[in-house]
Parts: sequence; C-alpha cells; structure tokens
Amino acid sequence: MKKAIALISLSAAILASSQASAVTVTLACGDVGVELKMCKEGAARWAKKTGNTVKVFESPKLTNDRLGLYQQQLAAKSSDIDVYQLDVVWPGLLAQHFVDLRGKVPASEVNAHFKGIIDANTVNGKLVALPWFTDAGLLYYRTDLLKKYGFKAAPKTWTELALMAKKIQDGERKTNSAFSGFVWQGKNYEGLTCDAMEWLVSFGGGTIVDSTGKITINNAQAAKALDTAASWVKTISPAGVTTYDEEAARGIFQAGNAAFMRNWPYAWALGQGKDSKVAGKIGVAPLPSGGARNAATLGGWQLGVSQYSKNQAAAISLVRYLTSPEEQKIRAIQGTYNPTLPALYKDKDILAKNPFFGSLYSVFTSAVARPSAPTKLKYNQVSQAFSTAVSDVLNGKMKGQQAVAKLATDLARIKGRGW
Amino acid sequence: MTVQAPTPARPRRTRGIEAARARQALWLLLPTLIAIALVAGYPLYRTFYFSLFDANLTSPEQRSFIGLGNFWFTTEDGIAVGFLQDPKWWGAVKNTLLFTVVSVFLETVFGMIIALVVNSAFKGRGLLRTAMLVPWAIPTVVSAQMWAYLYNDSFGLIGRGLLGGQAVLANTDTAIWALIAVDVWKTTSFMALLILAGLQSLPGDMYEAADVDGASKWTQFWKLTLPLLRPALLVALVFRSLDALRVFDVMSVMLGNVNAASTSMTGYARQALIDNQLLGMGSAVSVAVFLIIMVIVVIYVTAFRVKFD
Repeated sequence: MKKAIALISLSAAILASSQASAVTVTLACGDVGVELKMCKEGAARWAKKTGNTVKVFESPKLTNDRLGLYQQQLAAKSSDIDVYQLDVVWPGLLAQHFVDLRGKVPASEVNAHFKGIIDANTVNGKLVALPWFTDAGLLYYRTDLLKKYGFKAAPKTWTELALMAKKIQDGERKTNSAFSGFVWQGKNYEGLTCDAMEWLVSFGGGTIVDSTGKITINNAQAAKALDTAASWVKTISPAGVTTYDEEAARGIFQAGNAAFMRNWPYAWALGQGKDSKVAGKIGVAPLPSGGARNAATLGGWQLGVSQYSKNQAAAISLVRYLTSPEEQKIRAIQGTYNPTLPALYKDKDILAKNPFFGSLYSVFTSAVARPSAPTKLKYNQVSQAFSTAVSDVLNGKMKGQQAVAKLATDLARIKGRGW
Repeated sequence: MTVQAPTPARPRRTRGIEAARARQALWLLLPTLIAIALVAGYPLYRTFYFSLFDANLTSPEQRSFIGLGNFWFTTEDGIAVGFLQDPKWWGAVKNTLLFTVVSVFLETVFGMIIALVVNSAFKGRGLLRTAMLVPWAIPTVVSAQMWAYLYNDSFGLIGRGLLGGQAVLANTDTAIWALIAVDVWKTTSFMALLILAGLQSLPGDMYEAADVDGASKWTQFWKLTLPLLRPALLVALVFRSLDALRVFDVMSVMLGNVNAASTSMTGYARQALIDNQLLGMGSAVSVAVFLIIMVIVVIYVTAFRVKFD
C-alpha cells in the first residue's frame, strides 16, 4: 500500500515538473495570403525544438481591425496572448504593454537587423519588438503583356504607367471584358495610407507630417499626386478599386485580369504558385516616379512579448527563434517575406527563388516611413484622416487642392495641443 | 360609535395584504434590479464619468478632468477639438437620420402591405408567414456580407450585373442608399409581423357590419383598420426607429470601420473609442448618441401618446 502511494506521488511529481517546463505560448499571427499558414509552421518548428506548445491566435485580416482588438486585450491586461505580431507603425502606440527586449536578447542578435527597423521599434530607449519581416510597396507587371504590346521595360513614371496600362487594357478588353490596367489598394483603411504616401513622396509632396511634427500636407505637389491617382479610377483601374485591399487586388492580378499591380513582396511567391494563372509571367520593379523620386512605403511586422504574459521566458525564446536567420530564410524562400537581416540579401538560395531581392535591395532599404514617429499616440487618427481625404479625391467628391487644404485643418484639430 | 368600530379594520387588512404583496414583489424583483444595476447601470455611469475626462483606452488610470471639453473646446490657437465641432460627426448624424427615416418609412409601408396580404385567408398562408421571416432570421453580419458580395463591382450580381461595374459602396453618399435597401430587405418582415399581430386583434364582426353598411374595402381600411391599428403601429415604429438609430453592424461589415464612422453615429463612437483609443472622447460621443435617441423617444411617446401595454 505504501509502495503504491509512493509510486503515485512520484509519477505525479514527474508529471507536474514536466508540465512546469513545457508551457503553452499563444501567438497572434496575421492572415494575409499565406501568412497564417507560414506562421503556424514556424511556431510548430519551435515547439518541436523546445518541447513547448504553441497556440496560434487568428487575427482579423485588416490591420486597423487587428489593432483595435489588440488594444482591448492589452488595456484589459489580458494574459491570453503572449506574443503579438506588431505593425511597424504600432510600437509608439503600444510600447507600455510590451517587455523591453534589450538585455533579454543578446546585443549581437539585435544588431544583426537593419538599424532603421530596430530604431522604429525602439521607443524611449525600450526595444518593444524584434523585426520579423520588412515590407515595401512594389510594382508588379505582366512580362508577357508588355512584350505583346511592344514595351521593353517597366514604366519609370506614373504617366508612362498610365499610357502603357491604357494601351494594354484597350487591347485585352476585346477578348476579356473584366480586364483592367492597374489595380491597387483604394479602400479607405491603412493600406490606402501606404499607397497614397508613395504617390505623395514620388511627386515631392512631403510626408503629411514632417519629422518635427509640422503639418506639411497642404502643398501643390501633394494635391497633384492625389489628382493623378484619381484620374486612374474608371480609366485604367476599375471603379471598384476604391474598395480593394491587398488581397482583392492580388485576386484580380493573379486571375490574369490586370496588367499592373501595386502590392507588397508577399504577392510574388503566391503569384508563382500552382493556382496562379500568371505564374512565370510576373515582373517586379520599383514603383514609378512622379517627378521627384521613386518611393515605396515602409511596412513590415515585428514580434513583441506582452508584459502580461505568464510565460515570458518561453515567449521570448519563441520570438528569438522566429526572427532568427534560419527561420527568416525559410520565410523568404517559401513566402517572399523580406528578411530584416541584411546578410540574407546575399544568400544564394533566397536570390534563386526571389531574383528581384538583389536588384531591388535599395527599394527595401530606402523605403519611406509613415509619420508614426512624430505623431506618436495620434498616428492612427492622422492616418484615418489622411486616407479619408484621399478616398474623397478618388471618389470624385473633392479635388486634390481642396482635399489637402481640408486635411490640414482636420490634422490641426487632431493635433490639438500637440502630438 | 362602538358599532362602527370594526368597519375601518377591513380596508386596513386589505392594505396589509397589498403592502405585504408589494414587499414580496420587491424582494422578488431585487435580484433583477441588482443585475440591471450591475450590467447596465454601472457601464452607463462609467460612460458618463469618462465623458468628462481626457483619457486613453490603453491606460485609463492616467486621466485628467476636462469638463465638457470632449464635446466643445477651442484651443488658444483657435483650433476646435470637441467632437461637436467635427463636421464628420454631423455627417454621421445626418446619414443616420436619413437612414432611419427612409428605411423605417419604407419598412412600414411594405410591412403593412405584406401584413394585409398575409392576414387574408388563402391556401398556404402558414407557410408564407414562416417564409417571410427568413431574411430577418439571418444574422445581420452574414446578410451584410452577402449583400457586400452582391454589390461587388467585378463579380457581384448587382454591382456588375445590374449596375454594369459601378462600385456603390465606395462612396458614402451612394453607399447609404445601398445600405437602406439592405435594411429594408432584412427588417420589412419583422415590421409585417408586428403589424400582423395588431391586425389579428381587430374584431371580424366589425368588418361584417361595415360590409352590410355598404362601405368599400378602401373606406374600411382608412376608417376602421388604420385608426384601430394605430397603437400597434406606433409601438412597431418606435421599436424600428430605435433599432435604426443605433445601427452599426451593416455599416461596419459593408463599408469597413473607417467609412462606417462617417455613416453612423455608433460607428463614429467606435472609431473614437477603439481605433483612436480616445476613451474620454468616445464616451462623450456615446453619451451624445444616448441623449439623441432619448430625445427622439420622448418626442415619439408624447406626440403620439404611445402606450406600451
């Protein structure tokens, strides 16, 4: 009898100790394209390595909706989610809820990432998150159609793009009535802010709010940029482009119904997939210039550990694993997710799979940041006011000049006593 | 004198029973009252409380009292920061009122027609009554998504088929009419059901008498049905108007949260509170929505002498 009790208590102790070391970590991943699938696979590799379990929390598709949900979780100090996937514009908004990774992650590991992205994740000296992948807007085009209509290279300016798109669209419409020249993200949400930032900067119209916090949007070049974009709607872009997000645009391009598309790098791997009608016919180029320069908006996602997590050590280990070179390499090859480690841009395997990574390296490193740093906690309001103004111009409610003037007033109201 | 003495004892005893019953009822109601105070009263109190503060959703502990500054405030530089000074808020109010007036009017007219048809005796009436409730039974989020697909400009039956590739939902000015159509499609049957219940309480012999007197069906409708239906109709109107004034889900699903903020008052409140983390401002907007709806209810109830019984 005594033996039996001893046996039971011993096995119970073993069970308890094994439970104490192996924990369940919840990871909140995005769900655009193959993002969720890759996130689950990466987490599973870590789980297998460490003996822990990972639960993946599926977040809403649109980044705005995701932020709203995360903020509620964090404000309630909920420990349900241990690791959050954070947009590059969020660290300023959410810094107080995350563990300072400086000191918890070796400095060499931190310094291996692009300095600009580490800076974007540092708020008042606190490292809020580790970069996971970076993003920049790219121009996708159909190599076969360019050739068919006698064009030798991707367009260098927006005017050129409009001309080429029109010619191809007119030609293709004869056999395919659903064909359109150029698709992009015109829905009124954060994605439109990204697209419109690219137009602004490429026309020399500034960045809405400059780095000192001054509102700079009310200028002629910015107005011209918005008017130019509005001229695409219903001519080279479908009327519905003003309701498209990333996936809607990709769906049309991948079905072979568009000549040009503005999207993030993830669209490349999917465009080469088995279910894509345009596999092998896609070219990638920097976004055209409006006269001032070529501009791509800096995007990208980071991984941060919640301050309210009950398994911080395991959560940090998961973040370190997912942002490590080996994992970033897998993601670059399988999903065209841009590494945040400069060293990987010289990796032969990655370049073989994504040939444009090498030639467009400067697009990724010189991408333009949205004004989230100077506008701090109010960035989201600034972005909404901006995308709404852009949306008004695209829908013909206002002219560019009128819209940027009104936007400047709106932004002054949002700024109030200061950012 | 002594003879009359027992008489007052009787009413006292009845009062005693009534008082005991009232006490008993109070005890029975107490759990409900406590539950209401906890789940409705406390949040409402907090909303009013926060509307007077400058507070952030991510850290509500750090707040500062600003009185009515969330509603109306002009800074020293002449910048208006109160939400009542925001044209977008007034746009949302205008759109919500337009949505309410037009959709409730159409629902009442169509609902009345359907109710009159279904009230008359014909074969398969029971089946029809059940079938007409289908749109109302589908959750709004599902039906809104379904309609968003129908309105899609590249593959939607309406967007591509009927309108030839127009994006109605892209522009809030055109979207509001598309949303009204969806709401009418969805809630007309509910309105019909409420009116039908009223119709069935009308006595049949009254119409027989009217027939004998030689009144036409048209006269019967205007002189008998409509006046007698008034109480039921008004209750239905109040219900639907309140529902329409706090509309949120259709807008949020079909337009996205940013555009929903310029088409509905609740969408505007959600954007301030959730997207922009302005706990104080969002609460102030919620208070305003509460007050607007309350004023409209008071107008309804006093102007039409609605009786809820």
